[in-house]
Amino acid sequence: MDFTIIAQNINLYLHGLLTTVQLVVACLLLGLCLAIPLALLAGSRNWLLRGLVFCFSYFFRGTPLLVQMFLIYYGLGQFEAVQNSVFWPILREAHWCALIAFTLNTAAYTTEILRGAIATTSHGEIEAARACGMSKFLMIRRIVLPSAFRRALPAYGNEVIFMLHGSSLASVITIVDITGAARIVYSRYYNPYEAFLTAALFYMALTFLIVFVFKRVERRWFAHLRARPE
Amino acid sequence: MFDLQGYGFSILDGALLTIEVALASLACATVLGMLGAFAKLSKSRLARTAASVYTTIIRGVPDLVMMLLIFFGGQMLVNNLTARFGYDGYIDIDPFIAGVITIGFIYGAYMTETFRGAILAVPAGQMEAGYAFGMSRGLVFRRILLPQMMRHALPGLGNNWLVLLKTTALVSVIGLDDMVRKATLAAGATRLPFTFHLVVALGFLAFTTVSVLLLRWAEQRYSVGVRRD
Repeated sequence: MDFTIIAQNINLYLHGLLTTVQLVVACLLLGLCLAIPLALLAGSRNWLLRGLVFCFSYFFRGTPLLVQMFLIYYGLGQFEAVQNSVFWPILREAHWCALIAFTLNTAAYTTEILRGAIATTSHGEIEAARACGMSKFLMIRRIVLPSAFRRALPAYGNEVIFMLHGSSLASVITIVDITGAARIVYSRYYNPYEAFLTAALFYMALTFLIVFVFKRVERRWFAHLRARPE
Repeated sequence: MFDLQGYGFSILDGALLTIEVALASLACATVLGMLGAFAKLSKSRLARTAASVYTTIIRGVPDLVMMLLIFFGGQMLVNNLTARFGYDGYIDIDPFIAGVITIGFIYGAYMTETFRGAILAVPAGQMEAGYAFGMSRGLVFRRILLPQMMRHALPGLGNNWLVLLKTTALVSVIGLDDMVRKATLAAGATRLPFTFHLVVALGFLAFTTVSVLLLRWAEQRYSVGVRRD
């Protein structure tokens, strides 16, 4: 194996790293913003709202991310109404389509995680909030969500890692992320081991970073559960 | 909207291949997962370390990168090897095999964790009783450990299967004619990409739904002997 080629093309990988990080961070933030209201709606008394959220999350959790990306990137162009709309300049771009697909996908999984966490809020906490005279909104903001976030944290950490791994699919629709960089290097120099092993190392470093960060956050959020030093 | 313009059977062919890839990978992953789980629980330090390295690496690297590495890297490896033995033709690696090996290899790591937990959930006294009866290790595994651990393994196994099923879509990237690639080809010919990709999405949804129902049935079946409160 000869990694001098990789060293010469390290800028390509670093660019790819930037693209991957941007995509993942953006879709996670947007997905979380979508997932919070959806998770609250999933517990609503209105069966229509509940059903809609269920269908959304069932579709995006039951189909491959690759197919979702194809549906948005290649699929939407089939409709003239879309081509003539103001959104076309956005929906024509691979970057935006990948971002939209990733966002909807992670929103569906996050909704499910948060829904489970919200459903297990203890009755006493909610009753206490009501007894204090909190409005529904205040109760959700101060009582339900903070404790749900805490319970959802470990599962959400896994979702972040899955999203990082899923983002490598962006390379299939021409985006030069870490995997895209590796594919370019491979097609230029025909060196599969070096090209893809380097990409694998980048992803592994990112994964360990995510695991580390989540461990730290968990330690902080679960500080009240730790055994007290004697 | 669902006028498939004669491509219906082509998609169906692809769906069949998707199922084949998924089942073959599942078999591969189950065997690897069992081996991994035993390695993780083994007394030998080497086996334990090897198994942890395996699961750690798999969890750190995306499926697609792994697949490209095994498909293109394996191709080069095979050809270098055959060249060394004096064969100067070019050998193409079958994408089916590359896909199944990759997916099996990846999900083997997840299965390792599932099976490890399931094995630990079976009380050690059960196995000891088996040995006390003079059963061989194979017999203890088959008659005592396996039936009891399956109940604990099934929920995790089911989740892994659902994720594995969706991962098979990646084999289209290395040129295997699965459902996704057939749809891409049909979409190119008919200029109806949304229709065809939607059909594929619905196909995956159907597979998922059937799997969930089967898994629920299996879970009930394996918990027959357990009292529920």
